[in-house]
Amino acid sequence: MNLWIWILIACGISYLTKLAGYLVPARLMENPHMTRVAGTLTIGLLASLTAVNTFSSGQSLVIDARLAALVAAGVALWLRAPFLVVVLVGAGAAALARLLGAP
Amino acid sequence: MLTIFSIAGIPSEVNPIGGTAYAWPVELSRSPAVRVGLSIAVATGLYGVSFGALSIASGLDLLQTMALSLLLFSGGSQFAFIGVVGGGGTGAAAMSAASLLGIRNAVYGMQMNAMLRPRGLRRFAAAQVTIDESTATATGQSEPQEQSRGFWVAGIGIYVLWNVFTLAGALLGNALGDPAQWGLDGAAVAAFLGLLWPRLKAREPAAIAVVCALVTLLTVPFVPAGIPILVAAAVAALAGWFSSGHPREGLEPDVEPYPTEGHR
Repeated sequence: MNLWIWILIACGISYLTKLAGYLVPARLMENPHMTRVAGTLTIGLLASLTAVNTFSSGQSLVIDARLAALVAAGVALWLRAPFLVVVLVGAGAAALARLLGAP
Repeated sequence: MLTIFSIAGIPSEVNPIGGTAYAWPVELSRSPAVRVGLSIAVATGLYGVSFGALSIASGLDLLQTMALSLLLFSGGSQFAFIGVVGGGGTGAAAMSAASLLGIRNAVYGMQMNAMLRPRGLRRFAAAQVTIDESTATATGQSEPQEQSRGFWVAGIGIYVLWNVFTLAGALLGNALGDPAQWGLDGAAVAAFLGLLWPRLKAREPAAIAVVCALVTLLTVPFVPAGIPILVAAAVAALAGWFSSGHPREGLEPDVEPYPTEGHR
């Protein structure tokens, strides 16, 4: 199946990326720009994934039960709930919002 | 005097006086790094359940889900892959998002290489367990042997538990059936926010997050699913290249091994 190819490529790239840190001479990678880009990429991608998973449905933007999940998860994180609790709160909020009639 | 070797093969410091009253190295059972490594392994491993269940909900099968946890083994990248696929994006877009999100692991690898100096085949094993949490556990210790113990205990512990709990989550996901009914789409939203949250400790990363979220939403209607995430990644990379912010921004673990440090 087609998805398998991309899964295996992603796995290969992931391992080679990790290994590069050990095998590539440090002076080639010690560029401070490289460290900063690695950090901001992480932030930007996670923010983008949060936005897409909350508001997109294919190519359209929608407001539905997932917004309740976002808000509830934000509150849980603010209260320093552990990761798994945050995820369960998100699921519960979306399910509850649907029960109450949200799309 | 006998030289005691640590797990990574680095000789421990030899007491110059030649006495037997070591402060370091401590026994394995009393090692603070081992204790921290084990607790971080349990906390991180547990949320493999959410990855497993969400991966099934995103349309991957059990084997594909396990392949990601066994071979890709980097929480954020795994969630990114299934997040893009679940949102209707192509496999290529999912692979790209996961790979870009994994670039920080190269930075961690470089740090761990300098800190632990693993040699031979050990380097290839170290690479696979080089993730946010194992790096953070090691860097939180000051003694070379403790750094090494922290890295390996957290890395191997998370690897084992993450895969066990991914399997449990995937079986649970298979049993649940209709994902929307259980709010699993809401769980995905919460998971991404939960991964992002620990990285937003200052104003600049928060600003980058807001800009990237907005860029994503503005591009969603105009390009195929999955592409808005890559556009946001380009914006984030440019911001990182030209910014003068703290160089460690965004390089925080999802689960903080030393919770007294870095409090919000």
